[in-house]
Amino acid sequence: MADAFRAAGALVWSADPSLVGIVALSLAVSLTAVALATLLGLPLGAALAVARFPGRRPIIVLLNALMGLPPVVVGLGVYLLLSRAGPLGAFGLLFTPGAMVIAQTILILPIIAALCRQAVEDAWLEYEEQLRSLGVEGARAALTVLWDIRFSLLTAVLAGLGRASAEVGAVMIVGGNIDGVTRVMTTAIALETSKGDLPLALGLGLVLIAVVLALNAAAFLVKEAAQRRYG
Amino acid sequence: MMLPLKLEEVSFLHVIKPLSLQIEAGPSTIILGANGAGKSVLMRLMHGLLIPSSGRIFWNSAGRQAMVFQRPVMLRRSALDNVLYALNVARVMDAERLAKEALAEVGLTAVAHRPARILSGGEQQRLALARAWALHPEVLFLDEPTASLDPTATREIEAVIRAFDASGTKVVMATHNLGQARRLGDEVIYLHQGRVVERASVEKFFAQPATAEAAAFIKGELPWV
Repeated sequence: MADAFRAAGALVWSADPSLVGIVALSLAVSLTAVALATLLGLPLGAALAVARFPGRRPIIVLLNALMGLPPVVVGLGVYLLLSRAGPLGAFGLLFTPGAMVIAQTILILPIIAALCRQAVEDAWLEYEEQLRSLGVEGARAALTVLWDIRFSLLTAVLAGLGRASAEVGAVMIVGGNIDGVTRVMTTAIALETSKGDLPLALGLGLVLIAVVLALNAAAFLVKEAAQRRYG
Repeated sequence: MMLPLKLEEVSFLHVIKPLSLQIEAGPSTIILGANGAGKSVLMRLMHGLLIPSSGRIFWNSAGRQAMVFQRPVMLRRSALDNVLYALNVARVMDAERLAKEALAEVGLTAVAHRPARILSGGEQQRLALARAWALHPEVLFLDEPTASLDPTATREIEAVIRAFDASGTKVVMATHNLGQARRLGDEVIYLHQGRVVERASVEKFFAQPATAEAAAFIKGELPWV
């Protein structure tokens, strides 16, 4: 363990360019996936919360279940889509960061959408009558509630980020863990572990945890300040 | 003129028994009754928030109406922006000026830029009235607007409701507060177990109620137990 901390310290201290590259790619892939999944997931969740249509309840159950999608299965699915023989093979995305973003977006979209759906539905209980009284309905009502509870939705987005930055199965399969191209922190840890370089693997793990912790702390402070400000 | 509002054999689940009712322009109408008598449901049916189980509701013509609820619901933005939001939804021109006038009317100019959600309960209810005021509705529905407020805040709210009445807005208010009904009402519709039991001018209703239920309610007995 002490070796691990020493390795982590040495890694960070030396600002090893390959480490910096791995951390930067990890953040780029996961944050892009979170941004895309947020863009798609929040309106989807809000629509599910506010709209009433046949089949809504099975869709909610399905969405909740999809929160537990196994990353390797998503990876495999995206792999089949993007492989040379697959329907999207012509784009040549397999084993690129783009493929990793696609896989992670699919993985965390249900998480963000399902948590958003719950949050909007709870808020909707409070807002519905007032908004309908003012003549606000449909998409405008959903967007109003979404905007009003935006700081609570940060938690949903953070859950997505946590999942994206921690998973290894999907990015390993569609990225291929190519040194300098698609190697991210989790795949590097898996590789170092299988090579037997446990201190380096643990060191990378500590860096990963520190990065995730810093992002969460920042988001928490933003949310707290906003809630003091807006009530 | 939106009014008269006509209800024909309107019922709602088991809460409102089939009733016919006409709300005329002019004097303030108080819907009086004990908890559970169906006041809130009747208001929501008239305002269009609930669809009747049977019967029909129709207005004389289209027009602007607003409702203020027992517990005000404010958006997480400034007091002024809450009023502006309502005006923008209603596509009203010159929204900024109207919103500021409305805040001045209810005495909230000083807190216009404060977040609405951190205002006191009384201030939030006055803000809800300002939001309605800015729309200049022909009809204003109020559902127990002071039920959770202290006497000072209640007085301030009642002053604004009188201003609505003076400005020509038809006030329809549900309450179980007899003093408030007397202070603000011109006529009383007394509701008991989902039925209109009595309808009379305020003076007559309190001086000589025509039904035993109303008489018992005024005496402070508990006819609904």
